Amino acid sequence: MHTARTVRRKVTLALAVTLVGAVVAACSSSTTTSPTGSATATSAKKGLTVYFIPKDTQNPYEVIADKGGQRALQELGGKVVVSSGTQDTAAAQIPSIQAAIQAHADAIVIAGNDPSALCPSLNQAATAGIKIVAFDSDISCGSSPVHLFINQANTEQIGTSEVDLLAKAIGSKGEIAILSAAASATNQNAWIGYMKQQLKKYPNMKLVSTVYGNDDPATSLTVLQGLLSAYPNLRGIISPTTVGISTAAQYLDTHKSLLSTLTLTGLGLPSQMKSYVHDGTVKQFELWNPDNLGYLAGYAAAGLASGSASLQTGSKFDAGKLGSYTVLAPSATTGPSVVLGPPTVFDISNIDKFNF
Amino acid sequence: MSVITAPAAAPTELPVSRLESLLRARELGIALAILLVFGLTTLNNHAFARVASIQQLLIGAALIALLGVGETLVIVTRNVDLSVGSIVGLSAYIVGDLFKYHHNMPVVLGFVVAIAVGAAIGAINGFVTTVARVPSLVVTLAMLYVVRGVDGLIVNGKTIDPGSIPKAFTAVGYRTLFGIPWLAIIVAVVVATAGYAMRSFRSSRDLYGIGSNPDAAVLAGIPAGRRVFTAFLISGSLAGLAGALFLALHAQIDVSGGTGYELAVVAAVVVGGVAIFGGSGTVLGAALGAVLLNTINQALVASRISAFWNGAIAGGLLLAAIAFDRWLSLRVARSLQSAEGAHRDL
Amino acid sequence: MTSDLPTMTPVKHSHSVVENGNGAPWRALLRWESALVVVLIGALVFGSSESPNFLNPTNFFYIGMNMGEVAIMALPLTLVIMTGEIDLSVASMLGLSGTVMGYLFSNGWSIWLAMAAALVVGVLGGALNGVLVAKVGLPSIAVTIGTLALFRGIAEILLAPRTVTGFPSSLTTIGVVPIQGTQIAYSAAIFLGLAVVAGIVLHATPLGRALVAIGLQPEAAQFSGIRVNRIKIWLFVLSGVVCAFAGILLTLKNASVSYDAGTGLELNVVAIVLFGGVSIFGGRGTVIGVVLAVAIVGALQQALTQMNVQPEVQNIVIGVLLLISVVIPNGGEAIRRIRDRARRHA
Repeated sequence: MHTARTVRRKVTLALAVTLVGAVVAACSSSTTTSPTGSATATSAKKGLTVYFIPKDTQNPYEVIADKGGQRALQELGGKVVVSSGTQDTAAAQIPSIQAAIQAHADAIVIAGNDPSALCPSLNQAATAGIKIVAFDSDISCGSSPVHLFINQANTEQIGTSEVDLLAKAIGSKGEIAILSAAASATNQNAWIGYMKQQLKKYPNMKLVSTVYGNDDPATSLTVLQGLLSAYPNLRGIISPTTVGISTAAQYLDTHKSLLSTLTLTGLGLPSQMKSYVHDGTVKQFELWNPDNLGYLAGYAAAGLASGSASLQTGSKFDAGKLGSYTVLAPSATTGPSVVLGPPTVFDISNIDKFNF
Repeated sequence: MSVITAPAAAPTELPVSRLESLLRARELGIALAILLVFGLTTLNNHAFARVASIQQLLIGAALIALLGVGETLVIVTRNVDLSVGSIVGLSAYIVGDLFKYHHNMPVVLGFVVAIAVGAAIGAINGFVTTVARVPSLVVTLAMLYVVRGVDGLIVNGKTIDPGSIPKAFTAVGYRTLFGIPWLAIIVAVVVATAGYAMRSFRSSRDLYGIGSNPDAAVLAGIPAGRRVFTAFLISGSLAGLAGALFLALHAQIDVSGGTGYELAVVAAVVVGGVAIFGGSGTVLGAALGAVLLNTINQALVASRISAFWNGAIAGGLLLAAIAFDRWLSLRVARSLQSAEGAHRDL
Repeated sequence: MTSDLPTMTPVKHSHSVVENGNGAPWRALLRWESALVVVLIGALVFGSSESPNFLNPTNFFYIGMNMGEVAIMALPLTLVIMTGEIDLSVASMLGLSGTVMGYLFSNGWSIWLAMAAALVVGVLGGALNGVLVAKVGLPSIAVTIGTLALFRGIAEILLAPRTVTGFPSSLTTIGVVPIQGTQIAYSAAIFLGLAVVAGIVLHATPLGRALVAIGLQPEAAQFSGIRVNRIKIWLFVLSGVVCAFAGILLTLKNASVSYDAGTGLELNVVAIVLFGGVSIFGGRGTVIGVVLAVAIVGALQQALTQMNVQPEVQNIVIGVLLLISVVIPNGGEAIRRIRDRARRHA
């Protein structure tokens, strides 16, 4: 992974230098050199203010992502203001959007608690000239406002790879269940949709139940126990939420007899899952680097605000150390989006390499 | 000079057997309800009667039952403690944080710290309620906000991961003794101790007097302020203990720990027969109320009835419980009146 | 007799107002409301000191928009608390009515019929509360905790885990644009209108005086011919309808609804009403105080968010405000009591 980044950096540098040459030749305008050394006329402006509005200010995954965003804007000579509420509701995020408008922010990066409730306020922000970027959890506002969605991984790929991972572990046969987060979370429902689709490829696997743990350890434990008692023949559990999978892992760790028939996988933070992988409770799970997600979102927001990035399909923008990213075409369910990369599968062989 | 007997001692000879039997009937009634729900569910899903399932039933109810003990003490005196959920979250996080940075800290110290944190907040609740004479609903509601806010500031987006908690501590969360989970044993011991104390010690029986008739209690010489303060102190301490047990059970904690517990506890306590206006109810009833509500929760899921029915059923049960309590207290009042009448004739 | 003088738990506050003559309560009230005005000015100064854009009309529009639903719910709750009861089911009714509206709308009903149905649900829910409290005689705190769970539970059964969207945009813009030509949010305007009505009813009509009487001296009110039970039932029905209306407004403002809309708001509403100077025991309080409390909390929350103070601090601020709102009036009495006791022992 380290080498790939270095290669990408060299390629970006080469591209950038070429672009610089072209621009200088074309319009003899001054170029700005950003501290990382990639000198290009299409790099972001300095002094930008970007408001990061996570689902809430305490979700550890989002906290890591916000830090990534702060890193990005720091490299660009701008600043990030992290603002949100304490509850995972749209109502808690609206005052933060208003604060961004009042502060004349240049862009908003938001993880939506609700697909539609935020649209009116975000539309007001867009009318005031603020660029809108969604990350982690998308919003669904059509063209009011238009926005760029920074997807952590290809939505479909997350769904299908989760099912594939589990299928391999349980021999593609048996009853399985999903332990999700909040029932209304956009990203969860999107992934679950693709999981259900992928399950059609495994006729001997049956999804018997989906339960909601609300990203809260106590609730997750309760619904997990309910699952186990309602479906004693359960073979596998997919928990595409870091709180859900760590709660389930802790339970299995203390009830090891279940491991002879039950396999757990899902999306988890390596830092939380380390001990479970080492003692064999969980063999494999996936995630991506949330820090990179925030970093990419920060660069995207800065790019949009500076005019060096656009929502046009196929347009590219610079994302600092991550290289260059291309805007993907809208689909039936999503507007213009950018995908961070494929999810990483963590297992005993690589789990110690990560510190997030 | 006329002797004013304390109200707690008032129902002495004749009515006590009827009173006591009616009260005992309540606990029995709840126990029967638990068995009924358990039986019906098992018919539908045999796995519900497995050892593992029963252990889950006990563990699932344990924390709310523990909180119910402290809440009973408070509600019996005609007060309420709404801050217990926030106390659970705060004490759990503080202990978790301590373990994270002092991995060799003895397990017992973890419990001591948790109880101390809870006791401190309970003391504040008790002080403001008794000395500043602020209604406990308002004090504990305010503390709910303040403690949650302080917890948020301390947690600051972090989370305590399972690797940080020593196994010796989390063992309390899942180890069993002859098949009974340690968690359930600890809570049962607390319930038994509190139950015994409430029946036997004069100072605990004072609590009932304060709740049934605060003015008379004071006139009878009961140091009401001190008693109520102690009730809040105990409620806070038990909430702190519940925080430590929460951490042992889940092996991880973030800012959401304990949110919403306060209403679940009040519901369990009321279902368990503790009158919301004070003066009657037992900790055993409260604990059984917690077990009943949790059993119904898990029974619904085990019967594959959508988990979405939980809230409505809990709410309906609570309403039924207080209606039943009302009917019961009317009967008791009538029987007391007839007993008084009989007494007067003697 | 023991010299341990009363530091008793608070009881129905019948004594303090009986001591004061007719004019004195007014004076006492005005003192609290004047203090609120000072606090409001302080909050606005605080907000503008840290954030240059604070005092502009758009910001007032935002405050109105954010506080609208909570503020509207605070009005009937004020009247309910004035009579010595409480309604903790307000936020669940808000959620249930929005859910019903969304559920029916998503099943093809016309938006107007769906809204009417939501209001009917408010009437029914409020009637349930009212009958259980006034007719059956159950304590309102327990009943409304039960209906809090019940209403939310029904909403969960109806709608979870879906979110309903697609409401007609002509209606959904009402929540997010100010009234033409001004910077006043529609919900703020509705709130102020309702506040005027509530204020007139409470302070200038026989009905209002009856409410105060019920809160201060329930038995006396009953004997003086006031139909206490009927009034209480109607108050709960009113609370149900107004909260249902707030639920409709919130749904339209968000242009979407899910079953958990408004979860947890009940404590905010209670805190605001109490902070506005309404006594939890009933019989004391003004609508103006509640309006000021709404403005203060709204301004403070907006100021803190714009200064990017952590939201946890907002929780602490609300809790402290709540404490202050009761400690200060009671504190004076407490100091007097301690002084008296010291003098007696000297």
